[in-house]
Amino acid sequence: MGTGTGLGRVRGLGSAKHGGAHWVLHRMTAVGNLLLLPWLLISLVRLPTYDYTTVTTWLAQPMAAVPMMLLVISVFWHFRIGLQVVIEDYVHEEGTKFASLTALTFYTLGTGAFALFAIAKIALTGTPN
Amino acid sequence: MAQNRARPLSPHLTIWKWGANMAASIIHRVTGTGMATVGVLVLTWWLVAAATGQESYDYFLGWAKHPLGQLVLIGLSWAFFQHLGSGLRHFVLDVGAGYELNTNRFWARATFVFGVVMTAALWGYLLFVKG
Repeated sequence: MGTGTGLGRVRGLGSAKHGGAHWVLHRMTAVGNLLLLPWLLISLVRLPTYDYTTVTTWLAQPMAAVPMMLLVISVFWHFRIGLQVVIEDYVHEEGTKFASLTALTFYTLGTGAFALFAIAKIALTGTPN
Repeated sequence: MAQNRARPLSPHLTIWKWGANMAASIIHRVTGTGMATVGVLVLTWWLVAAATGQESYDYFLGWAKHPLGQLVLIGLSWAFFQHLGSGLRHFVLDVGAGYELNTNRFWARATFVFGVVMTAALWGYLLFVKG
């Protein structure tokens, strides 16, 4: 063990050899969110209205659908890691902790699958007539 | 033995005074958890409604434009800007900078100002300029 920073010490060390990966991924997805969420916010503010046709026509474009899919991946991954940290900090009983983390994983993958499928459907089936 | 209540007490689990930095820290968690639950469900509902068709999208839009829905959306946008501000602060702290007491307190306070100002600017624009 060196005497560098805490992160430097855990990176690549430990029994699983990826001690710092969780922490780094949290920051990496944060950078993804930093790019993608302002994009979504500005795109939405710039839309003339928020009715069905306007929104689906906008979201059906590749330049909207692909960043939106990346946004779902980055945001959902980020909150999965964040909520895991919260659960590990506040839930101490092993059984409850395991159940909470399982529920969190199912919630993340479930909502994420619906969100990605919805974007794909809008993008691939085109604008309704 | 009687406790001397006048003596200074070290911070402990139930003995502490609120400070800007600890408020920024816990609010970062609260806003993150709020967006991960309420925000994610609203975002997913919006996308699935848009993919399902006109009728389900209009149902979503009805709630989004309802005063209660607007309150939720304003709350979520505040949570986003607050989390963004304190998240950027965390990036600075992660590289080992900004721990000097006054600097740390200043940027903790700045995240709250940023969160409120950006939320007000966004909704001021959406409600009063865009109409």
